[in-house]
Amino acid sequence: MAAVISSGFSTGVERADGAGPAPVRVVVAYGFWLFILSDIVMFSGLFAAYAVLSDNAAGGPTGRELFDLQKVFIETFCLLLSSYTCGLGALAAEWRKLKHFLIYAALTFSLGAAFLYIEFSEFAGMVSQGAGPTRSAFLSAFFTLVGAHGAHVTIGLLWLIYLVAQIVIKGLRPAVLRRLLCFSLFWHALDIIWIGVFTLVYLMGKQ
Amino acid sequence: MMDADDRQIHDRSPGVEERESGAGVLTYTVGLVLALVATIASFVVSQTHLLWPPGVTVGLVVLAIAQIGVHLVFFLHLGSGPDNTNNILALAFGLLVVFLIITGSLWIIANLTANMPLLPVQ
Repeated sequence: MAAVISSGFSTGVERADGAGPAPVRVVVAYGFWLFILSDIVMFSGLFAAYAVLSDNAAGGPTGRELFDLQKVFIETFCLLLSSYTCGLGALAAEWRKLKHFLIYAALTFSLGAAFLYIEFSEFAGMVSQGAGPTRSAFLSAFFTLVGAHGAHVTIGLLWLIYLVAQIVIKGLRPAVLRRLLCFSLFWHALDIIWIGVFTLVYLMGKQ
Repeated sequence: MMDADDRQIHDRSPGVEERESGAGVLTYTVGLVLALVATIASFVVSQTHLLWPPGVTVGLVVLAIAQIGVHLVFFLHLGSGPDNTNNILALAFGLLVVFLIITGSLWIIANLTANMPLLPVQ
């Protein structure tokens, strides 16, 4: 049983047993969690705009004519699997297995890139048949919401490249591992936002 | 009084611990299976007449909320442990803001459309 040490300062995030400040990784994860929640609040604005505008197709194509659920299912599957490989990669890094980590990071990157490729080809197909973001309020809201999610995935992929480079050069140090923890929080949160997108936009739009 | 174990714990700068998150491969695998079940169920429900047609929307919302819960617990490790109290409180506040933005927008705009119908375009 560890003795209670009165350290004389407070981080604001005390441990439950009162034994000094909370571990750094708990504090770092909390700060990043606050950023993720603010990002989710931003997305809720885009979701609200889409929900309000989705019926205003202005005589143009509607979601029922445009959406291809088979493609959406493959996208969903890619993103879900990449969330899984990202989690396993974080575990491998925690267990200091560099080779396993690199394999899982490569898998996460390829699945995320496959998702982006399918999404981009969907966008390009819609624009080429005259259903671009300028066609109607419905399509403006669609491209803003789904595009904002795609932009987040793109940033996530760039971040992953940067992290892998750091881990290869600096090794699996605690500070680098905390950055990896933040990345995996970000990546899992993107998957949560995608649940809202495929349910509200695609599945309900196809009704 | 400090014995050898205590010295090992306190011989580091405060807060820097070699502590693991406690999650394992099994956690992620269970999460993946549950999330896949929820995803496939929502695609099936939306494309078939398994549910009473007017109830499909409610069914999809329930499945989405269930899947978000699975992701939060199994992927983001949001549990009921003491380390998580702050995370849960922040999540609760975030959900309140999200709820206000979405239902507030839908409510106001639905009211506006009902009271000020758009004139047909000339």
